[in-house]
This record gives sequence, C-alpha cells and structure tokens, in this order.
Amino acid sequence: MSLVSEGADYRGSLSAGTSLAEPSLATVGDYFTLMKPRVMSLVVFTALVGLAVAPGSLHPVTAFTALLCIAVGAGAAGALNMWYDADVDALMTRTSRRPVPMGRVQPGEALAFGLTLAGFSVVTLGLLVNWLAAGLLAFTIFFYVAVYTAWLKRSTPQNIVIGGAAGAFPPMIGWAATMGSLSLEPVLLFLIIFFWTPPHFWALALYRTEDYARAGIPMLPVVSGDASTRRQILLYTLILVPLAIVPWPLGYTGAIYGVTAAISGAIMLMLGWQVLRERRPAERASRNLFAFSILYLFLLFAVLLVDRGWGGLIARLAT
Amino acid sequence: MSTGVAMSEPHDDDGIVLTEAQKRARRSRSIAIALALAALVILFYAMTLVKGPGVLIRPI
Repeated sequence: MSLVSEGADYRGSLSAGTSLAEPSLATVGDYFTLMKPRVMSLVVFTALVGLAVAPGSLHPVTAFTALLCIAVGAGAAGALNMWYDADVDALMTRTSRRPVPMGRVQPGEALAFGLTLAGFSVVTLGLLVNWLAAGLLAFTIFFYVAVYTAWLKRSTPQNIVIGGAAGAFPPMIGWAATMGSLSLEPVLLFLIIFFWTPPHFWALALYRTEDYARAGIPMLPVVSGDASTRRQILLYTLILVPLAIVPWPLGYTGAIYGVTAAISGAIMLMLGWQVLRERRPAERASRNLFAFSILYLFLLFAVLLVDRGWGGLIARLAT
Repeated sequence: MSTGVAMSEPHDDDGIVLTEAQKRARRSRSIAIALALAALVILFYAMTLVKGPGVLIRPI
C-alpha cells in the first residue's frame, strides 16, 4: 500500500537529515516514553496474573525476573512501534508529541534501542526462567512490530482485531514462566483480552475518526463508517462478556470472580448498547465505553488474582 | 591547482563540539546505561544463587 512506502520515505528523510554531525539531545525520559509505560503497566499486570494463577511454584526472584523481562520486552515492542510509526504519529493529535515525531529521539536511535531491549529481554528470560516463555515473548514482539505495526495497521480495518493478539499474550507468557507449559486456562485469559481489544479500540476510534483518517489509518469507522462500527462493538462485547464469565463455571475461579465478571459484563453490555444508539456528533457513550473497558479488564484480572492467584501465591511463599 | 588551495585552508579537525545541553543529555544516558548494566549483573548474580551452580545446565 502506498502509505507504507510513504512511511519508508519519511524515515529515510529523517535519517538523512540527522546524521552523525548532529549529536542527540534525547534524555532518559524520552527513552522511557518510547517504551509506552502505560501499555507496559497493563502488560506487566496481566502477566503477573498469569504467573500467579498458574498452579506451579516459582521462586520470588525468578518471578520478578520473568516480569522484568516481560516489561522490557513490551517496552521494546513499543519503541519499535514508535520507530516505524513516526510518520503517522506526527499526523495524529493523540501521538504527535511522541519523542520521534517531536525530533527529540532520532529514528535510528529508537530502532537501536528497541532491538537492544528486545534481544536482552528474550535472551535473559530464556537463560534465567525458561525458553517457552522466552519464545512466546519473542513471538509477541515480532507479532506486534512486524504483523500489527508494519503490516496490518495500515492495510486493513481488521488491524486491531488480529493485532490485538499481541496484547493478549502476556498472561500466557506469565503462565509459561511458572509452568514451563501451556493449558486451556491461559488460553482463556488470552481470549478474554483478544475479544476485549476491538470494543476498547473502536470506542476510541469512534471519537478520533478524523485523526485516523488524516493519518491514513484504515480504522473501522474510517473504512466502514460509524453505524457499522457501533454494531461491531456490540457484537464483540456480546462475545466478550460470557467468555469472561466462563472461568467460573469451568471451576478455574470462585464465585467472587464469577459475580464480578457478570456485573461488570452487564455494564459493558449496557455501554455497548448506548454506543449502538448514539449518533454523531455525540460521543459521550463512546468515551464512557472506552474508559470503562479499561476498568473492566483491570477488574477481571485483579479479582482473578485475589480469588485464585493471591491465596496460592501466599501459600507457595509460606512453604 | 585545487590541492594547493585546500592545503592553505584551515583544517576543521576539532571534531564535533557538543553544546552544554547535549553534554547533559549524553551524561544522563551514560549513567542510565551504567545503572542498567549494574542491574543486569545483580540480576544474574541473584538468579545464580537461586538456581544454584547448575543455572545454565538445562534442557532446551
């Protein structure tokens, strides 16, 4: 697609304009911003839940090492995303103040930073924890950067549906760090985040449509329109809510989780219904759904941690 | 001949002179790299204690 080649030209011109004759002014804070700390915190949290609810045992230092590697790996993916997307980031209000489009970090620096962190995080996780977790982390970084950022994001409105898999992997990596293997339960956690991603991002895209259109990103509201996006949001929410309750009847969690998933799921459905009925220029329902979806995912995983993981973790530490 | 002209011109062999802001930024980056490397050393040391001497002997 032409947008991709335009992106490559942009990166080429930036590199040419910032040769070695122009030393960097990038601060440590700029590099930290490259790692997308807010995304990183959600990744660490979901990975912690995957790690804690797994029935195996893991030394606290090993658990800390695993989470650190997963955090750094997520940061690497964020830096590589900001390197590749600097051209479109510069065109969007939400992202125009990121370090690369602002010129505080040069594209080559962001690329080198991302690759270094990716290499160190994967190798360290493999050497010190296990190679299944390291392999999953490597695949997650590859999927986010190569499949989502470089390919899907600029070429299809299904970008965040398929690309959402990258954000859904951390609990599986956490589980793999503890167990050295995978089973149905971490796959369920993966599916919850996977089906949560479309309603979350499309709610944002509904009130940022012009932003995405200006940058040439084919988000669903840009390509298929407002009404279709609102229907898709409700459809995915209808899949997500029962899926989030499933760990309870399967016996993976207790009633606290089941009741929380049911109540918060009902709120998600209500907000999804309000989004369906809303018409532009109104955007309150979309904003409400976007904000609540973050709380919803946090609640599900926090209660899962308390209901299932925390007790087990304490028992393991005590023995 | 152009070579003679070039030889009579002053050479720019002072290299790149950093501004104060660039020096500060470079110093903060250098400190961050040093701290990260130190943290990595501590991490590997702690994990060696946790896993024992056979830390690197494992099936792949």
